[in-house]
Amino acid sequence: MAQRVVQSRLASVLATRLATQRRNPWLKVLAIAGSHVVLVLCSIVFAIPFLWLVSTSVKPLRQVFDWPPVWIPNPIVWQNYPDVFDYAPFHLYLVNTLIIAVANIVGPLLSCSLAAYGFARLRAPGRDVIFFVLISTMMVPGIVTLVPLYILFSKLDWINTFYPLTVPVLLGSPFTIFLLRQFFLTIPIELEEAAIIDGSSRLGLWWRILMPLCKPALATVCVFGFLHAWNDFTGPLIYLNDQSKYTLSLGLQVFQRAEGSQWGLLMAASTMVTFPVIVVFFLAQRQFIQGITLTGIKG
Amino acid sequence: MPRLSFRRRSNAFREARDFYLFVLPWFLGFLAFTVGPIASSVFLSLTKYNIIRPASWVGLQNYQELFADPLFGVSLYNTLYYVVFAVPLSVAVALLLALFLNQRLRGISIYRTLFYVPSIVPAVASIVLWVWILQPQFGLINSGLRFLGIQGPLWLGSPEWSKPSMVLMHAWSSGGAMIIFLAGLQGVPEHLYEAAAIDGANWWARFWNVTVPMLTPTIFFVLVLGIINSFQVFTAAFIMTGGGPVDSTLFYVLYLYRHGFTFLNMGYAAAMAWILFIIILGFTLVQFALARRWVYYEGGR
Repeated sequence: MAQRVVQSRLASVLATRLATQRRNPWLKVLAIAGSHVVLVLCSIVFAIPFLWLVSTSVKPLRQVFDWPPVWIPNPIVWQNYPDVFDYAPFHLYLVNTLIIAVANIVGPLLSCSLAAYGFARLRAPGRDVIFFVLISTMMVPGIVTLVPLYILFSKLDWINTFYPLTVPVLLGSPFTIFLLRQFFLTIPIELEEAAIIDGSSRLGLWWRILMPLCKPALATVCVFGFLHAWNDFTGPLIYLNDQSKYTLSLGLQVFQRAEGSQWGLLMAASTMVTFPVIVVFFLAQRQFIQGITLTGIKG
Repeated sequence: MPRLSFRRRSNAFREARDFYLFVLPWFLGFLAFTVGPIASSVFLSLTKYNIIRPASWVGLQNYQELFADPLFGVSLYNTLYYVVFAVPLSVAVALLLALFLNQRLRGISIYRTLFYVPSIVPAVASIVLWVWILQPQFGLINSGLRFLGIQGPLWLGSPEWSKPSMVLMHAWSSGGAMIIFLAGLQGVPEHLYEAAAIDGANWWARFWNVTVPMLTPTIFFVLVLGIINSFQVFTAAFIMTGGGPVDSTLFYVLYLYRHGFTFLNMGYAAAMAWILFIIILGFTLVQFALARRWVYYEGGR
Protein backbone atom coordinates (compact mmCIF):
# COMPACT_ATOMS: atom_id res chain seq x y z
CA MET A 1 0.00 0.00 0.00
CA ALA A 2 2.67 2.44 1.13
CA GLN A 3 4.81 1.39 -1.77
CA ARG A 4 2.05 2.16 -4.23
CA VAL A 5 1.56 5.60 -2.76
CA VAL A 6 5.27 6.26 -3.12
CA GLN A 7 5.19 4.99 -6.66
CA SER A 8 2.28 7.14 -7.69
CA ARG A 9 3.89 10.10 -5.94
CA LEU A 10 7.09 9.49 -7.90
CA ALA A 11 5.15 9.19 -11.11
CA SER A 12 3.46 12.52 -10.50
CA VAL A 13 6.79 14.16 -9.71
CA LEU A 14 8.20 12.84 -12.96
CA ALA A 15 5.10 13.96 -14.82
CA THR A 16 5.34 17.53 -13.52
CA ARG A 17 9.07 17.58 -14.23
CA LEU A 18 8.40 16.50 -17.78
CA ALA A 19 5.53 18.91 -18.16
CA THR A 20 7.57 21.87 -16.98
CA GLN A 21 10.46 20.82 -19.18
CA ARG A 22 8.25 20.49 -22.19
CA ARG A 23 6.72 23.86 -21.53
CA ASN A 24 10.05 25.41 -20.79
CA PRO A 25 12.53 26.17 -23.58
CA TRP A 26 11.12 29.41 -24.98
CA LEU A 27 9.33 30.46 -21.88
CA LYS A 28 12.46 29.99 -19.86
CA VAL A 29 14.59 32.05 -22.23
CA LEU A 30 11.94 34.72 -22.18
CA ALA A 31 11.79 34.70 -18.37
CA ILE A 32 15.56 34.99 -18.08
CA ALA A 33 15.73 37.78 -20.63
CA GLY A 34 12.86 39.59 -18.88
CA SER A 35 14.59 39.31 -15.50
CA HIS A 36 17.79 40.70 -16.95
CA VAL A 37 15.95 43.63 -18.51
CA VAL A 38 14.30 44.51 -15.21
CA LEU A 39 17.54 44.08 -13.27
CA VAL A 40 19.51 46.21 -15.72
CA LEU A 41 16.89 48.97 -15.56
CA CYS A 42 16.99 48.91 -11.77
CA SER A 43 20.78 48.93 -11.83
CA ILE A 44 20.73 52.06 -13.96
CA VAL A 45 18.45 53.80 -11.48
CA PHE A 46 20.72 52.83 -8.60
CA ALA A 47 24.02 53.52 -10.33
CA ILE A 48 23.31 56.74 -12.23
CA PRO A 49 23.86 59.02 -9.24
CA PHE A 50 27.30 57.48 -8.71
CA LEU A 51 28.24 57.71 -12.37
CA TRP A 52 27.20 61.31 -12.35
CA LEU A 53 29.12 61.94 -9.12
CA VAL A 54 32.39 60.68 -10.56
CA SER A 55 31.92 62.25 -13.95
CA THR A 56 31.06 65.68 -12.54
CA SER A 57 34.12 65.59 -10.33
CA VAL A 58 36.35 65.51 -13.45
CA LYS A 59 34.23 67.75 -15.67
CA PRO A 60 35.18 71.15 -17.05
CA LEU A 61 32.86 73.73 -15.50
CA ARG A 62 30.94 74.50 -18.70
CA GLN A 63 29.83 70.87 -19.11
CA VAL A 64 28.41 70.48 -15.60
CA PHE A 65 24.89 71.63 -16.53
CA ASP A 66 24.67 70.13 -20.02
CA TRP A 67 21.65 68.09 -20.99
CA PRO A 68 21.68 65.29 -21.87
CA PRO A 69 24.41 64.87 -19.25
CA VAL A 70 27.96 64.41 -20.48
CA TRP A 71 28.93 61.08 -18.94
CA ILE A 72 32.51 61.01 -20.17
CA PRO A 73 33.82 64.56 -19.94
CA ASN A 74 36.04 65.92 -22.65
CA PRO A 75 38.67 66.85 -21.62
CA ILE A 76 38.92 65.05 -18.29
CA VAL A 77 39.92 67.62 -15.66
CA TRP A 78 41.57 66.30 -12.50
CA GLN A 79 42.14 69.76 -11.05
CA ASN A 80 39.14 69.56 -8.70
CA TYR A 81 40.84 66.94 -6.57
CA PRO A 82 43.93 68.93 -5.53
CA ASP A 83 41.76 72.06 -5.33
CA VAL A 84 39.54 70.51 -2.66
CA PHE A 85 42.49 70.58 -0.27
CA ASP A 86 42.92 74.33 -0.81
CA TYR A 87 39.39 74.90 0.41
CA ALA A 88 39.25 72.48 3.33
CA PRO A 89 41.79 70.27 5.17
CA PHE A 90 40.38 66.92 4.05
CA HIS A 91 43.67 65.20 4.91
CA LEU A 92 43.11 66.25 8.53
CA TYR A 93 39.53 65.00 8.40
CA LEU A 94 40.84 61.68 7.14
CA VAL A 95 43.32 61.33 10.01
CA ASN A 96 40.60 62.21 12.55
CA THR A 97 38.20 59.71 11.02
CA LEU A 98 40.84 56.99 11.12
CA ILE A 99 41.60 57.66 14.79
CA ILE A 100 37.92 57.20 15.62
CA ALA A 101 37.73 54.16 13.34
CA VAL A 102 40.57 52.47 15.24
CA ALA A 103 38.58 52.77 18.46
CA ASN A 104 35.54 51.36 16.68
CA ILE A 105 37.57 48.37 15.58
CA VAL A 106 39.66 47.73 18.70
CA GLY A 107 36.68 48.03 21.06
CA PRO A 108 34.73 45.16 19.53
CA LEU A 109 37.87 43.05 19.11
CA LEU A 110 38.92 43.27 22.75
CA SER A 111 36.32 44.34 25.27
CA CYS A 112 33.25 43.15 23.37
CA SER A 113 34.65 39.75 22.57
CA LEU A 114 35.93 39.29 26.12
CA ALA A 115 32.52 40.11 27.53
CA ALA A 116 30.87 37.92 24.88
CA TYR A 117 33.15 35.07 25.92
CA GLY A 118 32.04 35.54 29.50
CA PHE A 119 28.38 35.46 28.55
CA ALA A 120 28.82 32.46 26.27
CA ARG A 121 31.02 30.24 28.42
CA LEU A 122 31.41 31.21 32.05
CA ARG A 123 28.90 30.49 34.78
CA ALA A 124 28.38 33.08 37.46
CA PRO A 125 25.55 34.13 39.73
CA GLY A 126 23.47 36.84 38.05
CA ARG A 127 24.86 36.21 34.59
CA ASP A 128 21.50 35.74 32.92
CA VAL A 129 20.03 38.77 34.63
CA ILE A 130 22.96 40.89 33.42
CA PHE A 131 22.52 39.51 29.93
CA PHE A 132 18.84 40.35 29.96
CA VAL A 133 19.70 43.91 31.01
CA LEU A 134 22.22 44.11 28.17
CA ILE A 135 19.63 43.04 25.62
CA SER A 136 16.99 45.40 26.91
CA THR A 137 19.32 48.40 26.61
CA MET A 138 19.65 47.63 22.91
CA MET A 139 16.03 48.66 22.54
CA VAL A 140 16.31 52.13 24.05
CA PRO A 141 16.56 54.57 21.12
CA GLY A 142 19.72 56.68 21.10
CA ILE A 143 17.67 59.82 21.21
CA VAL A 144 16.80 59.32 24.89
CA THR A 145 20.43 59.53 25.99
CA LEU A 146 21.47 62.21 23.48
CA VAL A 147 20.99 65.29 25.64
CA PRO A 148 22.12 63.86 29.01
CA LEU A 149 25.21 62.35 27.34
CA TYR A 150 26.08 65.74 25.91
CA ILE A 151 25.75 67.27 29.38
CA LEU A 152 27.89 64.50 30.87
CA PHE A 153 30.61 64.96 28.27
CA SER A 154 30.59 68.70 28.68
CA LYS A 155 31.00 68.30 32.47
CA LEU A 156 33.94 65.99 31.78
CA ASP A 157 35.31 68.66 29.43
CA TRP A 158 35.25 66.16 26.59
CA ILE A 159 33.45 68.38 24.07
CA ASN A 160 35.60 69.01 21.03
CA THR A 161 37.71 65.94 21.76
CA PHE A 162 37.47 62.44 20.31
CA TYR A 163 36.65 60.89 23.71
CA PRO A 164 32.85 60.92 23.31
CA LEU A 165 33.25 59.08 20.02
CA THR A 166 35.89 56.62 21.24
CA VAL A 167 35.67 55.87 24.97
CA PRO A 168 32.14 54.37 24.95
CA VAL A 169 32.87 52.11 21.98
CA LEU A 170 36.21 51.08 23.47
CA LEU A 171 34.41 49.84 26.56
CA GLY A 172 32.03 47.82 24.42
CA SER A 173 28.60 48.11 22.88
CA PRO A 174 25.75 45.75 23.77
CA PHE A 175 24.95 45.01 20.17
CA THR A 176 28.40 43.70 19.31
CA ILE A 177 28.59 41.70 22.53
CA PHE A 178 25.27 40.07 21.70
CA LEU A 179 26.40 39.29 18.16
CA LEU A 180 29.72 37.77 19.21
CA ARG A 181 28.11 35.75 21.98
CA GLN A 182 25.82 34.16 19.40
CA PHE A 183 28.87 33.27 17.32
CA PHE A 184 30.81 31.88 20.29
CA LEU A 185 27.90 29.62 21.16
CA THR A 186 28.19 27.92 17.78
CA ILE A 187 31.80 26.85 18.49
CA PRO A 188 32.05 23.33 19.96
CA ILE A 189 33.31 23.37 23.52
CA GLU A 190 35.49 20.23 23.15
CA LEU A 191 38.44 22.23 21.82
CA GLU A 192 38.48 24.37 24.94
CA GLU A 193 38.17 21.34 27.19
CA ALA A 194 41.20 19.84 25.50
CA ALA A 195 43.10 23.08 26.03
CA ILE A 196 42.09 23.16 29.71
CA ILE A 197 43.60 19.72 30.17
CA ASP A 198 46.77 21.08 28.59
CA GLY A 199 46.76 23.72 31.29
CA SER A 200 45.63 26.75 29.35
CA SER A 201 44.44 29.76 31.30
CA ARG A 202 41.04 31.26 30.70
CA LEU A 203 42.48 34.25 28.88
CA GLY A 204 44.50 31.80 26.81
CA LEU A 205 41.34 29.91 25.87
CA TRP A 206 39.74 33.10 24.70
CA TRP A 207 42.72 34.44 22.82
CA ARG A 208 44.22 31.26 21.37
CA ILE A 209 41.18 29.04 20.78
CA LEU A 210 38.01 31.07 20.47
CA MET A 211 39.30 34.20 18.77
CA PRO A 212 41.03 32.42 15.86
CA LEU A 213 37.93 30.27 15.32
CA CYS A 214 35.73 33.34 15.16
CA LYS A 215 37.73 35.25 12.59
CA PRO A 216 34.80 35.59 10.16
CA ALA A 217 32.56 37.00 12.87
CA LEU A 218 35.28 39.34 14.09
CA ALA A 219 35.91 40.52 10.55
CA THR A 220 32.21 41.32 10.19
CA VAL A 221 32.27 43.28 13.41
CA CYS A 222 35.41 45.18 12.36
CA VAL A 223 33.94 46.08 9.00
CA PHE A 224 30.83 47.47 10.65
CA GLY A 225 32.91 49.33 13.20
CA PHE A 226 34.93 50.98 10.47
CA LEU A 227 31.83 51.81 8.50
CA HIS A 228 30.15 53.34 11.52
CA ALA A 229 33.12 55.58 12.23
CA TRP A 230 33.41 56.58 8.59
CA ASN A 231 29.71 57.34 8.02
CA ASP A 232 28.59 58.68 11.39
CA PHE A 233 27.35 62.22 11.12
CA THR A 234 25.29 63.00 14.22
CA GLY A 235 28.02 62.11 16.73
CA PRO A 236 30.72 64.35 15.23
CA LEU A 237 28.13 67.08 14.61
CA ILE A 238 27.26 67.24 18.29
CA TYR A 239 30.65 66.67 19.90
CA LEU A 240 33.18 68.25 17.53
CA ASN A 241 33.05 71.95 16.82
CA ASP A 242 36.59 72.86 15.83
CA GLN A 243 37.40 72.46 12.15
CA SER A 244 40.71 70.74 12.92
CA LYS A 245 38.73 67.99 14.74
CA TYR A 246 36.17 67.31 12.02
CA THR A 247 35.65 63.87 10.54
CA LEU A 248 35.13 63.32 6.82
CA SER A 249 31.33 63.18 7.01
CA LEU A 250 31.11 66.35 9.07
CA GLY A 251 33.78 68.04 6.96
CA LEU A 252 31.90 67.22 3.79
CA GLN A 253 28.70 68.69 5.17
CA VAL A 254 30.41 71.93 6.21
CA PHE A 255 32.12 72.03 2.82
CA GLN A 256 28.75 71.63 1.10
CA ARG A 257 27.36 74.51 3.14
CA ALA A 258 30.28 76.77 2.21
CA GLU A 259 31.13 75.78 -1.38
CA GLY A 260 27.83 74.18 -2.38
CA SER A 261 27.62 76.06 -5.67
CA GLN A 262 30.98 74.73 -6.89
CA TRP A 263 29.64 71.42 -8.07
CA GLY A 264 32.94 70.11 -9.41
CA LEU A 265 34.74 70.66 -6.12
CA LEU A 266 31.86 69.32 -4.08
CA MET A 267 31.65 66.18 -6.20
CA ALA A 268 35.40 65.60 -6.01
CA ALA A 269 35.17 65.82 -2.22
CA SER A 270 32.14 63.50 -2.16
CA THR A 271 33.90 61.02 -4.39
CA MET A 272 36.87 60.92 -2.04
CA VAL A 273 34.59 60.29 0.93
CA THR A 274 32.45 57.71 -0.86
CA PHE A 275 34.89 55.52 -2.69
CA PRO A 276 36.87 54.09 0.22
CA VAL A 277 33.56 52.69 1.52
CA ILE A 278 32.84 51.05 -1.82
CA VAL A 279 36.36 49.59 -1.90
CA VAL A 280 35.95 48.21 1.63
CA PHE A 281 32.66 46.73 0.55
CA PHE A 282 34.23 44.95 -2.40
CA LEU A 283 37.04 43.59 -0.27
CA ALA A 284 34.75 42.38 2.50
CA GLN A 285 31.57 41.57 0.61
CA ARG A 286 31.01 38.26 2.30
CA GLN A 287 31.42 39.73 5.78
CA PHE A 288 28.96 42.47 4.89
CA ILE A 289 26.28 40.09 3.72
CA GLN A 290 26.87 37.83 6.69
CA GLY A 291 26.67 40.67 9.17
CA ILE A 292 23.56 42.16 7.60
CA THR A 293 21.90 38.78 7.48
CA LEU A 294 22.70 37.98 11.08
CA THR A 295 21.86 41.26 12.64
CA GLY A 296 19.74 43.30 10.33
CA ILE A 297 21.76 46.45 10.92
CA LYS A 298 22.28 48.67 7.97
CA GLY A 299 25.81 49.76 8.65
CA MET B 1 36.13 13.68 48.74
CA PRO B 2 36.12 16.88 50.80
CA ARG B 3 39.19 17.99 48.91
CA LEU B 4 37.42 17.50 45.59
CA SER B 5 34.37 19.50 46.64
CA PHE B 6 36.63 22.23 47.96
CA ARG B 7 38.40 22.35 44.60
CA ARG B 8 35.10 22.45 42.79
CA ARG B 9 33.92 25.36 44.83
CA SER B 10 37.10 27.27 44.24
CA ASN B 11 36.80 26.54 40.53
CA ALA B 12 33.27 27.87 40.48
CA PHE B 13 34.45 30.88 42.43
CA ARG B 14 37.25 31.52 39.95
CA GLU B 15 34.92 31.07 37.02
CA ALA B 16 32.52 33.63 38.44
CA ARG B 17 35.34 36.01 39.24
CA ASP B 18 36.63 35.75 35.67
CA PHE B 19 33.15 36.37 34.33
CA TYR B 20 32.78 39.57 36.34
CA LEU B 21 36.24 40.70 35.27
CA PHE B 22 35.52 40.04 31.60
CA VAL B 23 32.26 41.95 31.52
CA LEU B 24 33.57 44.74 33.73
CA PRO B 25 34.70 47.16 30.97
CA TRP B 26 31.34 46.95 29.25
CA PHE B 27 29.52 47.21 32.57
CA LEU B 28 31.38 50.37 33.57
CA GLY B 29 30.60 51.95 30.22
CA PHE B 30 27.03 50.77 30.55
CA LEU B 31 26.65 52.47 33.94
CA ALA B 32 28.33 55.69 32.84
CA PHE B 33 26.97 56.09 29.32
CA THR B 34 23.60 54.32 29.40
CA VAL B 35 22.13 53.91 32.89
CA GLY B 36 23.33 57.27 34.16
CA PRO B 37 22.08 59.25 31.16
CA ILE B 38 18.71 57.48 31.08
CA ALA B 39 18.15 58.14 34.76
CA SER B 40 19.26 61.75 34.56
CA SER B 41 17.16 62.23 31.44
CA VAL B 42 14.00 61.62 33.48
CA PHE B 43 15.11 64.20 36.01
CA LEU B 44 16.26 66.59 33.28
CA SER B 45 12.88 66.52 31.58
CA LEU B 46 11.38 67.96 34.79
CA THR B 47 13.74 70.93 34.89
CA LYS B 48 14.81 73.99 32.95
CA TYR B 49 18.49 73.64 32.15
CA ASN B 50 20.85 75.36 29.72
CA ILE B 51 24.28 74.05 30.89
CA ILE B 52 25.41 77.53 31.97
CA ARG B 53 23.00 78.08 34.85
CA PRO B 54 22.10 75.37 37.38
CA ALA B 55 18.96 73.37 36.65
CA SER B 56 15.72 74.63 38.13
CA TRP B 57 12.90 72.28 38.97
CA VAL B 58 9.70 72.93 37.01
CA GLY B 59 7.79 69.68 37.41
CA LEU B 60 5.70 68.74 34.42
CA GLN B 61 5.88 72.21 32.88
CA ASN B 62 8.02 71.05 29.90
CA TYR B 63 5.43 68.47 29.00
CA GLN B 64 2.60 70.98 29.35
CA GLU B 65 4.44 73.45 27.13
CA LEU B 66 5.09 70.73 24.59
CA PHE B 67 1.44 69.92 24.16
CA ALA B 68 0.70 73.61 23.65
CA ASP B 69 3.61 74.06 21.21
CA PRO B 70 2.30 74.23 17.61
CA LEU B 71 5.68 73.16 16.18
CA PHE B 72 5.57 70.02 18.32
CA GLY B 73 2.42 69.00 16.47
CA VAL B 74 3.88 70.03 13.12
CA SER B 75 7.06 68.03 13.67
CA LEU B 76 5.07 65.02 14.85
CA TYR B 77 2.86 65.21 11.76
CA ASN B 78 5.89 65.48 9.45
CA THR B 79 7.52 62.51 11.10
CA LEU B 80 4.38 60.39 10.91
CA TYR B 81 4.01 61.32 7.24
CA TYR B 82 7.57 60.22 6.65
CA VAL B 83 7.12 56.94 8.54
CA VAL B 84 3.82 56.15 6.81
CA PHE B 85 5.23 56.63 3.30
CA ALA B 86 8.95 55.87 3.60
CA VAL B 87 8.71 52.58 5.48
CA PRO B 88 6.18 50.75 3.24
CA LEU B 89 7.78 52.12 0.07
CA SER B 90 11.29 51.04 1.01
CA VAL B 91 10.06 47.66 2.26
CA ALA B 92 8.26 47.14 -1.05
CA VAL B 93 11.31 48.20 -3.08
CA ALA B 94 13.59 45.98 -1.01
CA LEU B 95 11.26 43.00 -1.34
CA LEU B 96 10.85 43.40 -5.09
CA LEU B 97 14.59 43.70 -5.64
CA ALA B 98 15.21 40.67 -3.45
CA LEU B 99 12.64 38.64 -5.40
CA PHE B 100 14.38 39.50 -8.65
CA LEU B 101 17.78 38.72 -7.17
CA ASN B 102 16.63 35.38 -5.83
CA GLN B 103 17.11 33.60 -9.15
CA ARG B 104 19.86 31.58 -10.71
CA LEU B 105 21.07 34.12 -13.21
CA ARG B 106 24.44 35.15 -14.47
CA GLY B 107 25.84 38.32 -12.91
CA ILE B 108 23.47 38.26 -9.96
CA SER B 109 26.22 39.36 -7.55
CA ILE B 110 26.91 42.45 -9.67
CA TYR B 111 23.27 43.47 -9.48
CA ARG B 112 23.22 42.76 -5.78
CA THR B 113 26.24 44.99 -5.24
CA LEU B 114 24.75 47.82 -7.29
CA PHE B 115 21.50 47.76 -5.33
CA TYR B 116 23.24 47.53 -2.00
CA VAL B 117 25.96 50.17 -2.32
CA PRO B 118 23.64 53.21 -1.95
CA SER B 119 22.77 52.07 1.55
CA ILE B 120 26.37 51.93 2.81
CA VAL B 121 27.87 55.11 1.41
CA PRO B 122 28.10 57.95 3.95
CA ALA B 123 24.71 59.59 4.41
CA VAL B 124 26.25 63.01 3.89
CA ALA B 125 27.67 62.01 0.51
CA SER B 126 24.41 60.56 -0.77
CA ILE B 127 22.55 63.61 0.50
CA VAL B 128 24.94 65.90 -1.40
CA LEU B 129 24.24 63.79 -4.45
CA TRP B 130 20.48 64.03 -4.02
CA VAL B 131 20.60 67.78 -3.55
CA TRP B 132 21.85 67.88 -7.13
CA ILE B 133 19.52 65.19 -8.46
CA LEU B 134 16.56 67.14 -7.10
CA GLN B 135 17.85 70.58 -8.10
CA PRO B 136 14.81 72.27 -9.76
CA GLN B 137 16.53 73.96 -12.74
CA PHE B 138 19.26 71.61 -13.89
CA GLY B 139 18.96 68.56 -11.61
CA LEU B 140 18.85 65.09 -13.11
CA ILE B 141 15.14 64.47 -12.51
CA ASN B 142 13.77 67.81 -13.66
CA SER B 143 16.06 67.98 -16.70
CA GLY B 144 14.81 64.55 -17.65
CA LEU B 145 11.19 65.59 -17.13
CA ARG B 146 11.72 68.75 -19.20
CA PHE B 147 13.15 66.57 -21.93
CA LEU B 148 9.79 64.78 -21.93
CA GLY B 149 7.96 68.11 -21.92
CA ILE B 150 6.93 68.01 -18.26
CA GLN B 151 7.56 70.86 -15.85
CA GLY B 152 8.92 69.19 -12.69
CA PRO B 153 8.14 70.43 -9.18
CA LEU B 154 10.54 72.40 -6.99
CA TRP B 155 11.18 69.26 -4.93
CA LEU B 156 13.05 70.31 -1.78
CA GLY B 157 12.05 73.93 -2.38
CA SER B 158 8.33 73.26 -2.22
CA PRO B 159 6.37 72.48 0.95
CA GLU B 160 4.28 69.90 -0.93
CA TRP B 161 7.20 68.01 -2.44
CA SER B 162 9.90 68.27 0.21
CA LYS B 163 8.75 65.24 2.20
CA PRO B 164 8.12 63.06 -0.88
CA SER B 165 11.65 63.97 -2.00
CA MET B 166 13.06 62.52 1.18
CA VAL B 167 10.83 59.46 0.94
CA LEU B 168 12.19 58.87 -2.55
CA MET B 169 15.74 59.22 -1.33
CA HIS B 170 15.06 56.77 1.46
CA ALA B 171 13.76 54.19 -1.03
CA TRP B 172 16.96 54.54 -3.03
CA SER B 173 18.96 53.34 -0.04
CA SER B 174 16.87 50.34 1.00
CA GLY B 175 19.62 47.87 0.11
CA GLY B 176 20.11 46.75 3.70
CA ALA B 177 16.54 45.49 3.94
CA MET B 178 16.98 43.89 0.52
CA ILE B 179 19.85 41.76 1.81
CA ILE B 180 17.77 40.66 4.79
CA PHE B 181 14.92 39.67 2.47
CA LEU B 182 17.33 37.83 0.23
CA ALA B 183 18.55 35.80 3.18
CA GLY B 184 14.94 35.13 4.14
CA LEU B 185 14.11 33.99 0.62
CA GLN B 186 17.05 31.66 0.52
CA GLY B 187 15.86 30.16 3.78
CA VAL B 188 12.57 28.98 2.25
CA PRO B 189 12.98 25.21 1.91
CA GLU B 190 12.99 23.96 -1.66
CA HIS B 191 10.69 21.02 -0.87
CA LEU B 192 7.79 23.38 -0.22
CA TYR B 193 8.04 24.73 -3.77
CA GLU B 194 8.31 21.22 -5.13
CA ALA B 195 5.27 20.10 -3.20
CA ALA B 196 3.34 23.11 -4.48
CA ALA B 197 4.44 22.39 -8.06
CA ILE B 198 3.23 18.81 -7.74
CA ASP B 199 -0.11 20.11 -6.57
CA GLY B 200 -0.25 22.09 -9.77
CA ALA B 201 0.35 25.54 -8.27
CA ASN B 202 1.34 28.17 -10.81
CA TRP B 203 3.92 30.90 -10.26
CA TRP B 204 1.54 33.25 -8.49
CA ALA B 205 0.05 30.56 -6.26
CA ARG B 206 3.52 29.46 -5.22
CA PHE B 207 4.51 33.04 -4.46
CA TRP B 208 1.36 33.80 -2.52
CA ASN B 209 1.02 30.52 -0.63
CA VAL B 210 4.65 29.57 -0.05
CA THR B 211 7.00 32.54 -0.40
CA VAL B 212 4.87 35.16 1.34
CA PRO B 213 3.91 33.11 4.42
CA MET B 214 7.47 31.87 4.86
CA LEU B 215 8.75 35.42 4.54
CA THR B 216 6.35 37.05 7.01
CA PRO B 217 8.78 36.83 9.96
CA THR B 218 11.39 38.66 7.88
CA ILE B 219 8.89 41.27 6.73
CA PHE B 220 7.87 41.78 10.34
CA PHE B 221 11.47 42.21 11.46
CA VAL B 222 12.24 44.71 8.69
CA LEU B 223 9.06 46.66 9.42
CA VAL B 224 9.74 46.95 13.14
CA LEU B 225 13.33 48.12 12.60
CA GLY B 226 12.30 50.41 9.75
CA ILE B 227 9.66 52.16 11.83
CA ILE B 228 11.99 52.61 14.79
CA ASN B 229 14.65 54.14 12.54
CA SER B 230 12.30 56.30 10.49
CA PHE B 231 10.86 57.92 13.58
CA GLN B 232 14.37 59.18 14.27
CA VAL B 233 14.95 60.64 10.79
CA PHE B 234 17.28 63.60 11.13
CA THR B 235 20.34 63.87 8.89
CA ALA B 236 18.63 64.33 5.51
CA ALA B 237 16.45 67.19 6.74
CA PHE B 238 19.24 68.77 8.77
CA ILE B 239 21.55 68.97 5.75
CA MET B 240 19.17 69.45 2.83
CA THR B 241 16.49 71.79 4.13
CA GLY B 242 17.18 72.68 7.75
CA GLY B 243 13.50 71.91 8.37
CA GLY B 244 12.07 74.17 5.65
CA PRO B 245 10.38 75.26 3.51
CA VAL B 246 7.72 76.51 5.93
CA ASP B 247 8.60 73.78 8.43
CA SER B 248 7.50 71.08 5.98
CA THR B 249 10.55 68.93 6.80
CA LEU B 250 10.81 69.85 10.45
CA PHE B 251 11.02 66.27 11.69
CA TYR B 252 10.71 65.42 15.35
CA VAL B 253 14.38 64.76 16.05
CA LEU B 254 15.38 67.86 14.10
CA TYR B 255 13.09 69.92 16.31
CA LEU B 256 14.51 68.18 19.35
CA TYR B 257 18.03 68.97 18.16
CA ARG B 258 17.09 72.64 17.79
CA HIS B 259 15.85 72.82 21.35
CA GLY B 260 18.71 70.81 22.79
CA PHE B 261 21.67 72.22 20.90
CA THR B 262 20.63 75.51 19.30
CA PHE B 263 18.42 77.06 21.98
CA LEU B 264 20.06 75.03 24.81
CA ASN B 265 16.59 74.15 26.09
CA MET B 266 17.92 70.89 27.47
CA GLY B 267 15.03 70.05 29.78
CA TYR B 268 12.56 70.60 26.97
CA ALA B 269 14.60 68.43 24.62
CA ALA B 270 14.76 65.63 27.20
CA ALA B 271 10.98 65.75 27.59
CA MET B 272 10.66 65.54 23.80
CA ALA B 273 12.94 62.50 23.73
CA TRP B 274 10.79 60.68 26.29
CA ILE B 275 7.62 61.37 24.34
CA LEU B 276 9.24 60.04 21.17
CA PHE B 277 10.40 56.98 23.07
CA ILE B 278 6.86 56.31 24.27
CA ILE B 279 5.49 56.74 20.74
CA ILE B 280 8.07 54.35 19.29
CA LEU B 281 7.45 51.87 22.08
CA GLY B 282 3.70 52.10 21.44
CA PHE B 283 4.12 51.48 17.73
CA THR B 284 6.40 48.53 18.38
CA LEU B 285 4.03 46.95 20.89
CA VAL B 286 1.07 47.38 18.52
CA GLN B 287 3.09 45.71 15.78
CA PHE B 288 3.89 42.79 18.04
CA ALA B 289 0.22 42.47 18.94
CA LEU B 290 -0.85 42.59 15.29
CA ALA B 291 1.90 40.17 14.31
CA ARG B 292 -0.09 37.27 15.74
CA ARG B 293 -2.59 37.74 12.95
CA TRP B 294 -0.27 37.76 9.98
CA VAL B 295 3.19 36.51 10.86
CA TYR B 296 3.65 32.81 10.24
CA TYR B 297 6.21 30.96 12.33
CA GLU B 298 7.11 27.54 11.06
CA GLY B 299 6.78 24.95 13.80
CA GLY B 300 3.78 26.76 15.20
CA ARG B 301 3.70 28.15 18.70
